[in-house]
Amino acid sequence: MNRVKEAFSKGKAFIPFITAGDPSLAVTEQLILKMAESGADLIELGIPFSDPIAEGLVIQRADERALIGGVTTDKIFAMIKRIRFQCDIPLAFMTYVNPVFTYGTERFMQKCRDTRIDALIVPDVPFEEKAELAPYCEKYGITLISMVAPSSHDRIEMIAREAQGFVYCVSSLGVTGVREGIKTNIGAMVKLVKSVRDIPCAIGFGISSPEQAARMVQVADGVIVGSAIVKIVEQYGEDCIPYVAEYVSQMKQAVGCPDFTEL
Amino acid sequence: MSKGRFGIHGGQYVPETLMNALTQLEEGYRYFKDDPGFQEELKDLFNNYAGRPSLLYFADKMTSDLGGAKIYLKREDLNHTGSHKINNVLGQVLLARRMGKNRVIAETGAGQHGVATATAAALMGMECEIFMGREDIERQSLNVYRMELLGARVHAVTSGTKTLKDAVNETMREWTSRVDDTHYVLGSVMGPHPFPTIVRDFQSIIGREVKQQILQQENRLPDILLACVGGGSNAIGLFYDFIEDAGTRLIGCEAAGRGINTAETAATIATGRLGIFHGMKSYFCQDEYGQIAPVYSISAGLDYPGIGPEHAFLYDSGRAEYVPVSDDEAVLAFEYLASTEGIICAIESAHAVAYARKIAPAMNKDQIIIVNLSGRGDKDVAAIARYRRIDIYE
Repeated sequence: MNRVKEAFSKGKAFIPFITAGDPSLAVTEQLILKMAESGADLIELGIPFSDPIAEGLVIQRADERALIGGVTTDKIFAMIKRIRFQCDIPLAFMTYVNPVFTYGTERFMQKCRDTRIDALIVPDVPFEEKAELAPYCEKYGITLISMVAPSSHDRIEMIAREAQGFVYCVSSLGVTGVREGIKTNIGAMVKLVKSVRDIPCAIGFGISSPEQAARMVQVADGVIVGSAIVKIVEQYGEDCIPYVAEYVSQMKQAVGCPDFTEL
Repeated sequence: MSKGRFGIHGGQYVPETLMNALTQLEEGYRYFKDDPGFQEELKDLFNNYAGRPSLLYFADKMTSDLGGAKIYLKREDLNHTGSHKINNVLGQVLLARRMGKNRVIAETGAGQHGVATATAAALMGMECEIFMGREDIERQSLNVYRMELLGARVHAVTSGTKTLKDAVNETMREWTSRVDDTHYVLGSVMGPHPFPTIVRDFQSIIGREVKQQILQQENRLPDILLACVGGGSNAIGLFYDFIEDAGTRLIGCEAAGRGINTAETAATIATGRLGIFHGMKSYFCQDEYGQIAPVYSISAGLDYPGIGPEHAFLYDSGRAEYVPVSDDEAVLAFEYLASTEGIICAIESAHAVAYARKIAPAMNKDQIIIVNLSGRGDKDVAAIARYRRIDIYE
């Protein structure tokens, strides 16, 4: 079975995001292992970019810290290679199109295959520009994840029809970051996707608390949490590992417990 | 299918959240572009508000001093708000209003585009917010206050290099968070389709006027057109009507900063490579891993790591040439134009003036160079004084 699908095969999925190299690649390596142990179903790993236009301040700062620390795409691939000796968790890269394009799109995908990266999420490649990446993803067996947003409306059908792996449902307008309330009718968005294609839907942007996560999985197949975790990394730096692990197991418990909101 | 291509360049590389807004903008523009009512209103604004047509001025003293080609200056600096930026802004804000938007946002580097946007927003009764790098706010404090006088809110951008590129990032982020009632007035021929086309069309008035004016004054087409290039809006505005005229050389002057062999440069064609950023495929200053370079120029308006996709295409095809001009050369040209012609031009435009000084002496007396004076230099006086280490009260 495709490992992206596998992530959604054991009930509702919890998908944590961290930026590679924040605060160091050694910590990132430990974080991946611990998050996998703590119940993460798929891990989204950010390749830092100098100008992450879809990110809020928290992840912007993480990208900045990682780049100042000297992280490069090659060093990230080398780290993944080490991890693969110990851990088989599904992994998705999240980055922007320029780091992929300038690295050489084909060379990038080849390395993804060699290090068993399962999927790729690139927020600045919308449906219309998919051809920039999709042929190479296909050639090397990397799942290219599609996103839908609250402003997608009539585009959802077109996007869902060609979606692979899972559909990344953006919960709110704007950039990534913790939000108090999510006003979008996520249920309707997911329903529309599923009316076109039977594919898992994961909700991202703005989710931080177990309560929010539990509510989201009532209408979706999984949640993606980035900024809330990156905040913990920012707060504790090198010592963040047990705190992140604790948070991930709490969140996994929340998404796995359908009656959470009544607890 | 991918839209808005200039050769391999251009496209729409933006988050999904913005895609419907871009499609609406494209449809709105296609409709109003050919709407006589819209065109009439824009023409009226150009002529009776912005002060068009701008003069094509024969720089007699500069011509005899350099002793070669005849030099004409296209006086976009005389437009209302002091630069070519008003052409694009009047068009876009009018379009936004017709499309039912009541709020505009914009990035600005030197502040010229921010001031122009704030002006049009005041005139047309729209809410206006401007994003400007912290560094540029310090370089151009006068323009910040001008925008505030015009009723705009100015946000300081503190991320990244705190200059134009980061202001664009932040304006895009703001647009994704409030896309329904808001139009992003992009200031140059860059970004995702349809912006490079829309901005070029609104700026192409410059070249159309120039063609008419030079035929009237000289009864022939110019040999060389010169314009400074950051994103490239004043340059494409000047070049566009001449693209089919093979006898006219089109030369864009990039900001070399402290030199193209240093890291402190913003000369994209000279030092950049193909990439995808800010919604478009084009050339960008970047490292081997695709991280965008922290560029530098004395001119906040040219301090941008990319170039518009149509310029990238004109470069690929060989139709236009792009040359680097350093800070030092630009400052000398700034001072030169002030003392020879009595015109204080923008430090951006001074890059084009500098290149005219370089090439005119070796040309024949019957040849013609037209330099686009894209803006006036009041905003730069304090910075030039600082450059010369002269203390003045600002």
